[in-house]
Amino acid sequence: MIFHDVVVVGGGLAGMMAAVEASAKGAEVAVLSKIHPLRSHSGAAQGGINAALANNPDSADDTPERHGYDTIKGSDFLADQKAAITLADDAPRVIYQMEHWGCPFSRMENGKIAQRPFGGAGYPRTCYGADRTGLYLLHTLYEQTIRLNTRYYEEWMVLQLALDDSGVCKGVIALNIPEGKLELVAANAVIFGTGGSGRIFGNTTNALVNSGFAKAIPYWAGIPLKDMEFIQFHPTGLYRSNILMTEGCRGEGGILTNKDGERFMSRYVSEKVMELAPRDIVSRSIATEIEEGRGFEGGYVHLDLRHLGREKIMERLPGIREICLDFVGIDPIDTPIPINPATHYTMGGIDCDKDGITKAPGFYAAGECSCVSVHGANRLGGNSLLETIVFGRRAGEAAASYVKELPKTGDEATLTKAQKALADRMNSFGRPGGTEDPYQLRTELQNVMTERVGIFRTGEELEEAMKEIKDLQARFKNIRPISHSRVFNMDKVWIMELSGNMEISEVITAGAIRRTESRGAHFRRDFNKRNDEEWLHHTLATWTPDGPDFSTSEVDLSKYPPEERKY
Amino acid sequence: MSTTTFKIFRYDPDDGRDPHFQTFQVETVKGMTLLEALYWIMEHKDPTFAFRSSCREANCGSCAMHINGSYGLACRTQVDNLKPPVVIRPLAHLQVLKDLVVDMKPFFDNLKAIKPYLIPGDDPPEKEYYQSVDDRKKIDHHVDCILCGSCYGSCPVAYGDPKYLGPHALLKALRFVDDSRDGATDERLAIVASEFGVFRCHTIFNCQLVCPKDLNPTGAISKLKNKIVVKKFPFMKPFVRT
Repeated sequence: MIFHDVVVVGGGLAGMMAAVEASAKGAEVAVLSKIHPLRSHSGAAQGGINAALANNPDSADDTPERHGYDTIKGSDFLADQKAAITLADDAPRVIYQMEHWGCPFSRMENGKIAQRPFGGAGYPRTCYGADRTGLYLLHTLYEQTIRLNTRYYEEWMVLQLALDDSGVCKGVIALNIPEGKLELVAANAVIFGTGGSGRIFGNTTNALVNSGFAKAIPYWAGIPLKDMEFIQFHPTGLYRSNILMTEGCRGEGGILTNKDGERFMSRYVSEKVMELAPRDIVSRSIATEIEEGRGFEGGYVHLDLRHLGREKIMERLPGIREICLDFVGIDPIDTPIPINPATHYTMGGIDCDKDGITKAPGFYAAGECSCVSVHGANRLGGNSLLETIVFGRRAGEAAASYVKELPKTGDEATLTKAQKALADRMNSFGRPGGTEDPYQLRTELQNVMTERVGIFRTGEELEEAMKEIKDLQARFKNIRPISHSRVFNMDKVWIMELSGNMEISEVITAGAIRRTESRGAHFRRDFNKRNDEEWLHHTLATWTPDGPDFSTSEVDLSKYPPEERKY
Repeated sequence: MSTTTFKIFRYDPDDGRDPHFQTFQVETVKGMTLLEALYWIMEHKDPTFAFRSSCREANCGSCAMHINGSYGLACRTQVDNLKPPVVIRPLAHLQVLKDLVVDMKPFFDNLKAIKPYLIPGDDPPEKEYYQSVDDRKKIDHHVDCILCGSCYGSCPVAYGDPKYLGPHALLKALRFVDDSRDGATDERLAIVASEFGVFRCHTIFNCQLVCPKDLNPTGAISKLKNKIVVKKFPFMKPFVRT
């Protein structure tokens, strides 16, 4: 058994920030990550990070308060308002922090951090480093962990949370992938910064490693998941591969056109907003164009950057150009980019507050795996990088203060019990004689989710999806045995990830069936209006052997009364 | 759909066999990337096959490997552009843990040796450091390195000398030397001027040829040499890792 005062799970921005902050506050910290920290999906974020710095001449009177309000309105009033305001208030400070640590933000003529317009924001508020903002932030934070000599356990994949009989978190069980060993990692506090789970769906912008598994771990341990039915579909995924084409493309002036060359956004929002409406609205608009036959054959529309000119594209969007050249062989300088909406972000996640505190003492969550909630039913572009750093920092601080007075010893009995629970779970599938192909099941599940739990939902289709998910779960129990190889057993890794997808897809779909209204990214054709009377509350899903048990929690509306969301 | 022959480097420390090549017939379709082909093998032919991957969009640096005689990212490589039989090996001069997975520790240890973090010249201001557009331009490209290791694998000097800091670490050193906010230029130049630094580079340009991000570590090394010479810095001094 290993012991660390604070164990951070996940080496992306939220995890590394939590680790840096917890050690700055005096805790002894280790980071467990299933991949090298620099391989984390935070690095794929492109367009930028929001903070009301008022650097851009067009944003001179921008304030954190306005940032908070835009976030709340963007959330379709499902965000907890105090938390959203905390996000906006903390933003300038954490951006300056990252800049002081060397993050290479692009600059304005006056030498300040450059800011661009993003969807749903009243001002150009999104700080950027070309179209590689996530990459720059990730490398900057990793560099700081080198400076601080942070302890990493690279390629250790956490499989199980260890809670004692009174529900207090005592550590995790992890698979040491290079050595093929199960490791008992005791801790006084565990912080999850495990990211998103886009790979539950087939058409996703997410990295291959972003499965539902990391959300399933606390869920299986009895910690509720919140608002899981809210899945963000990014308007502009590259056709076929679904690689992200940043909202910055539209922030810099890129337009969307259909097969008739028509700039169709005017049909859906005001002329003032156009392509810079929030993501849920733009995605539905594109999907409608395609559905009504105005998309190109194969089902896509065009993101046109040509009028921006070579110079601007090379300076502001070089990464987008590179991806287009590499993956579809077109140059956006002289050809429009074929795009379609793609699963991008999970607004829901581990139920926690703005300090990452969950139902289980000693267990914290931050970043995309968590649900504070600041994004409510729809996240604004530029707020996810921000949440990783703001709430990673807060969770790190909270955990450090929690562990201060605790004895520096591990609870071996609880870890051994957790190991037994893990063994039981792992023995429930892949037994000798099993015949199902796990990778085939993964594809089938992804197709069900894409086709029936997508941008437009109906009760009937969701019920069909649920039936198919149940069927796939049953077949999953009968998969062939997992490969026995010891070192780098990637078959085991991918099948564990799939076991999480099987669980979380059910939570998403059941939540979507339950919520008979349309709010933010959750759109029901059979209930196409927001219904504050009945549904202005968070969905909480708690694990039971028979499927999720649902309850609700109140939305904090202390600052702004809900209003109709118009753009 | 067509069939393409792949010859893949295999090694498992547990199976008692020497490293060897295994041939696979892969069902390939137009637009398929090499990474997808590797997954096809893993999922359809051999679940013990091991390789790293994450973003699948040439951004995270996980899947650098030796592809038909050169280095690059599997996810960025179209199978259509590869002449069969497609020969795949792991990155060179790093210990193979299994199949295409190598131990990246020496690579990252070399990076750590150049103090790869901003050492500010001035106390931080209340807001951001001032940096002019022109000053920011000086670190364009240098900051785009994803640390995939393609350059390191391709470098014949790194092959002969694991202590050589390598193109990735030296490019990173220039990234900080050229950053107007950094105040540790002399300290950094002393590190890269030492015996395992820039003067080991033979200006072979492999690193530049293979870089999947079109960066130029050879050029960076030459710039560092130039700065060292201009400053009349003592070079080839013994290097002590801290």
